[in-house]
Amino acid sequence: MLSVRSLFTEYANERGGAVKAAQNVSFEVPEGKLFTLLGPSGCGKTTMLRSIAGLEKPIAGEIEVAGRLVYSSDKGVFVAPNKRNFGMVFQSYAIWPHMNVFQNVAFPLEVRRFAKKDIRDKVMRVLHAVALEELVDRDATKLSGGQQQRLALARALVMEPQLLLLDEPLSNLDAKLRDRMRSELKRLQRDLNLTTVYVTHDQTEALALSHEIAVMNEGRVVQVGTPRQIYEQPMDQFVADFVGTTNFIGGTVTALGDGRCVVSSAVGELKAHASEGVSKNATVIVSVRPEDVELSEQPPIAADGDNVCRGTVDAKDFLGDYLDFHVKVGDVVLLAKAHPSLRTPTGDPIYLRMKADKCVAISRQ
Amino acid sequence: MRLAWPAALGSLLILFVRSIESFEVPALLGLPVGIHVYTSAIYQAIHQYPSQIGLAAAYAVTLLLLTSLGIYAQSRLSSQGARFSTVTGKGFRPRTIDLGRWRYLTATIFILYFVVIVLLPFLVLAWSSLQKFYSAPSWAALSRVSLDSYRAVLAYPQFANTVWNSVVLALGSATTVMLMSAVIAWIVVRTKVPGRWMLDNLASLPLVFPGLVLGLAIMVCYLYVDIGVYGTLWIMFIAYVTRFLPYGMRYNSTSMLQIHKELEESAAMSGASWSMTFRRVVLPLLKPGLLAGWIYVMIVSIRELSSSILLYSPGTEVVSIMIWELWQNGQYVELSALGVMLIVALFLMVMLAQLAGRRFGIAET
Repeated sequence: MLSVRSLFTEYANERGGAVKAAQNVSFEVPEGKLFTLLGPSGCGKTTMLRSIAGLEKPIAGEIEVAGRLVYSSDKGVFVAPNKRNFGMVFQSYAIWPHMNVFQNVAFPLEVRRFAKKDIRDKVMRVLHAVALEELVDRDATKLSGGQQQRLALARALVMEPQLLLLDEPLSNLDAKLRDRMRSELKRLQRDLNLTTVYVTHDQTEALALSHEIAVMNEGRVVQVGTPRQIYEQPMDQFVADFVGTTNFIGGTVTALGDGRCVVSSAVGELKAHASEGVSKNATVIVSVRPEDVELSEQPPIAADGDNVCRGTVDAKDFLGDYLDFHVKVGDVVLLAKAHPSLRTPTGDPIYLRMKADKCVAISRQ
Repeated sequence: MRLAWPAALGSLLILFVRSIESFEVPALLGLPVGIHVYTSAIYQAIHQYPSQIGLAAAYAVTLLLLTSLGIYAQSRLSSQGARFSTVTGKGFRPRTIDLGRWRYLTATIFILYFVVIVLLPFLVLAWSSLQKFYSAPSWAALSRVSLDSYRAVLAYPQFANTVWNSVVLALGSATTVMLMSAVIAWIVVRTKVPGRWMLDNLASLPLVFPGLVLGLAIMVCYLYVDIGVYGTLWIMFIAYVTRFLPYGMRYNSTSMLQIHKELEESAAMSGASWSMTFRRVVLPLLKPGLLAGWIYVMIVSIRELSSSILLYSPGTEVVSIMIWELWQNGQYVELSALGVMLIVALFLMVMLAQLAGRRFGIAET
């Protein structure tokens, strides 16, 4: 549906110099799917989105939507943003303060010269979908943050866009509201079956919402995959580190085969899943998520493929629904997430069990 | 005090430029007693027979040099450090300072200033307008109070035509200036067109032209370039628009900087063309600044004398010219009556415009 092919973008900084934003970015978004560009600030994800919108002009590459070329450097095609028919929700919401709720939503339809009655019907329908129909005559500036966000969404949806572009739409909301709006957004996207590109730096949002995620770093797409793939099988250190919390254990590959490897590390021999590019005798890092480090006071029964080692409790933080244990194994301190019922005191010995397929060996850059 | 130095020096320079280019005061008070300054010398060179345009131009160029130097120095001074300090205007909260016992003194100074500078002259003007010939206020004179002078002014053959000219010119130039400078400010602030700084400077350039010099330049220009504007209202319209464009720029670019870019981009994403976006989003958001600038240009247009005096011809007199002629003829009583009417009319206009601004202004958040 949307395909971006070898796109290069840059933007001008304050001193007039060109800053490279995206370099050779390619991805495909299938019809009706929610695709997320995830990355730290300054990784080029917003520039990417704005290039798809047409608000910024890339320097090379191609963008095609449903068979229509909207940008191509080779063929000299550039469709103006107002001719692309994409809905967009901005980070600032960009609600027009001189209009009320109805006028804000009606604007895209007025521009398209719909009949008065059609406008009324369509606006009311979309306002109903985002639960704002009660506030139809309210001044846009008198809305709360969550309402403004829904209004911005309604305005983007009312024109039945081919593509919905969302630029960190939840980042200005407080934590509770953010969670609610996130599931709301997900429900709407799934109900309307809208092809959506979502930009965020928040990995939780990305994991919860997306069909597919592209992790970006320094202008490049590092990994594309489903939320589960990204989280469980990060292809490099950046992805493992950026998405979620993780433990890194350095080591050397001593055996390799069938997508598995054995790593000799500071905590002993580790059986791990070998990610792409890992070779024998190479220095690697093994990534283990804290929730995959199981703790027990008694030696655990180690099935084949489990890594077991012994350490001492270095520190622990009580966080309500779980405990963060910092366990010292040799010189390495590993973070483990444990159920609050585990009450091993600091300084006592403790056993760790890590399943082999939860340990991912990544070649060191 | 150290911090206030640049500002103080800057005001000094501005005041210097304003005084050296001012025409009305030296002409009214200086000419009759033979005190000549640059501006009155230019005026006399044109108004003797045969008129010496060369001599006037020579004076004008020297004067222009002086004012340019002054403005240049001032802009250098004010650009040090806080170039865009206006942008921070939103977070700025003026603090009330408790002056203690000093407040009586400062209040007295303020009231005294108001009385001496504004109220007293107006009262004298009002008093003399009610007399048949000028006399100092006294009980005897009170009995001779009459509205004859007002009747005389109203009965003036060209009176209606003159007022009409002034109103048309003021309305036309204020509207043109504000719309034109809105577009220029948009280009300067929003786009990345190369050479847009030149446009900015070009629009601000008339600031260094003393009114009389500008009038002279336009007069000479359209004497040679005959496109049929010489001797019509159009030539004065051109002069006013040129002269007051910088003020329009000030108002518009300040408010343009405060409009978030995404407000326009969301209009583009909604399918609006540039002109649609400008009309439906940018102009309404600029409205407070537009209105304030419009009133300001209206008022300075009606008061404008120094350019008009070189450009008017029989049939295109404006109110300020009429005042000038009454002064030259020594009809002080009629002059006072006209002055009172002008002040009252301007005052009413400002009140009306402010009322309208409050009524249709953007709702405060």
